[in-house]
Amino acid sequence: MRILAIASVLALSFVGQAFAAGGGDTEPKHPEKQQWSWEGPFGTFDRQQLQRGYQVYKEVCAACHGARLLSFRNLAQPGGPEFTAAQAKALAAAVQVPALDDKGESIMRAGTVADRFPSPYPNDKAARAANNNALPPDLSVIVKARAHGIEGEGPDYIYSLITGYSEPPASFTVLEGLYYNEYFAGHQIGMPPPIASDGQVTWPDGNPPATKQQMAKDVVAFLTWAADPHMEARKQLGVKVFIFLVFLSIVLFFAYKRQWKDVDH
Amino acid sequence: MAHGNYSYQPKTAFTKWLDSRLPIIRLMDETMLQFPTPKNLNFWFTFGGILAFMLVVQIVSGIVLAMHYVPHETMAFDSVERIMRDVNYGWLIRYIHSNGASMFFIAVYIHIFRGLYYGSYKAPREVLWLLGIVIYLLMMATGFLGYTLPWGQMSFWGATVITNFFSSIDQIIPGVGSAITQWLWGSFAVDNTTLQRFFSLHYLLPFVIAGVVVLHIWALHIPGNNNPLGIDVKGPADTVPFHPYYTIKDLFALALFVLFFSYFVFFAPNFLGHADNYIPADRLVTPPHIVPEWYYLPLYAILRSVPDKLIGVVLMFGAIVVWAFLPWLDRSHVRSNKFRPMTRQLFYVLVAVIWILGMLGAQTPDGNFEFYFGLVLPISKLLLSQICTIYYFLHFLVITPIVSTMEKPLPVPESIATAVLAKNGAGSPAKANG
Repeated sequence: MRILAIASVLALSFVGQAFAAGGGDTEPKHPEKQQWSWEGPFGTFDRQQLQRGYQVYKEVCAACHGARLLSFRNLAQPGGPEFTAAQAKALAAAVQVPALDDKGESIMRAGTVADRFPSPYPNDKAARAANNNALPPDLSVIVKARAHGIEGEGPDYIYSLITGYSEPPASFTVLEGLYYNEYFAGHQIGMPPPIASDGQVTWPDGNPPATKQQMAKDVVAFLTWAADPHMEARKQLGVKVFIFLVFLSIVLFFAYKRQWKDVDH
Repeated sequence: MAHGNYSYQPKTAFTKWLDSRLPIIRLMDETMLQFPTPKNLNFWFTFGGILAFMLVVQIVSGIVLAMHYVPHETMAFDSVERIMRDVNYGWLIRYIHSNGASMFFIAVYIHIFRGLYYGSYKAPREVLWLLGIVIYLLMMATGFLGYTLPWGQMSFWGATVITNFFSSIDQIIPGVGSAITQWLWGSFAVDNTTLQRFFSLHYLLPFVIAGVVVLHIWALHIPGNNNPLGIDVKGPADTVPFHPYYTIKDLFALALFVLFFSYFVFFAPNFLGHADNYIPADRLVTPPHIVPEWYYLPLYAILRSVPDKLIGVVLMFGAIVVWAFLPWLDRSHVRSNKFRPMTRQLFYVLVAVIWILGMLGAQTPDGNFEFYFGLVLPISKLLLSQICTIYYFLHFLVITPIVSTMEKPLPVPESIATAVLAKNGAGSPAKANG
């Protein structure tokens, strides 16, 4: 009964949503498949891309989203953006984190590499209050949380979503404070287009200006690493384990054949 | 034991001394080394050994995970992520454990259907079969409890749906179902108390499984192995000692199985899970589509096929309990489906029906049945799941007793040795398995 109740409530809410939106199909559009450097058993991350992605995350996403499972030290660890230890330290020192002084008074101090990424809001209620009652999700594992399929469509989904804003069809009425996005379930999302224009982020050292697609791809790469920071080590160990097991299987196969060769069976 | 002529002779002074006090080496020697095993077992018979291996993998990896996991509603999700981020090789241990559960179920389903095909449930192995069903039920409980521990959205809502099964008893005696449900939760909703007791029980049950596995193996060693021909062992010409013949065969099969397992652990570690379980549990947000782990999907489809919750729950548990009656529902004196042409066809029909139920369990309950390749069949999911559920029970309760009585089995060979000689004499000299 409960399952039916849940199902009917959901069905009704979809119906209600469809009516509120003036009818029409609001099934999310399938994400566009992209080419990513980390796909396949030998895939690795592009360090420069992860570093650029971190910059996009910090300058764009972090205004509303946290990534509470990440620490600044992760930025320097192998298999990630691999900032130098000094760079990670400087990135950490650029943020202020709450702490207690020797007298037990609340103060703000400069961050260290051991600190987690700061969250933009003190709590979920404050986050909702500042965002038209929509809660910007924590981005630490967002790619895994949106992943389906063998490799996971999480990266494709995030890329399609942040580049997928468009004008709604004439029959579709977007509610106040929401934005039209075909890749989002219900086609209405509380997040304003995060990457609005080319050159929104300025790369260091006079690199060519950032395009919207590049910024989107780079931040997706960063979030993919953030969700699974040991992916490179996992795949590299996997290849070795595979080679070993194939060899072992062959040896065991011949041992098995030899053992049984004089037995009719 | 059935057909054993064992010859363990303790050689050293110590083993002689021990043998007269605790003959444990004798036991090991007789059950694991000399144990006479039919020489015609094929590779479907290697899954028992694979299952024993998987139980050890799950217990060992689970014990290590428990050293780092925090069973608290505000910390469980982050502690699992911490294991994967900050514990040395924690990602490996956690992915072995989470994918290991799926591998365990793949192996157990092959093991069960092998037993069904070759009539391993029939006399004199009924107790062996019943113990297997007990192990399967314990595995179901353990898998469900384990899935709640990361405290993601599917953990939380899965736990809510499953524990609410018991509230259906309210339909018989008002109040009793709710009381049982609250007793299971230890609270008025699925919350921290529930998580802590689920962790405790998830740690306990694998050791109960290990205990029942010992009984299962004991019950195996009394009549000895069944075999693809389904006939009794007539003498030493029919058997080989377990070691080294089956130790090496099982090891080879195990290596291939671990290779398959490794693919998921290293290259698709989240494929068998649900993406929503990487969203922390939120009691205010119901996921649009609550699905259990894949190994419960056929049962979930049976549950949803009935609009009445109590009947749905009864049918779902009944779908497993009915397997316990199989040794007596099957009236045939022939075990193996090799010699039972009609039963063999019905076996494949049953497998197909269970597969379709599994597909139905994975789909949203409304609309028409989505077959493969984006093909939508012109039959509603509800109707199809009702047809499959009815067929499922008919197979066991009606078709099996009737067909097993009426069917004329093919001639059964006199012994394993003569069958093997006939096959190898008539066919090519290459000694294929089976």
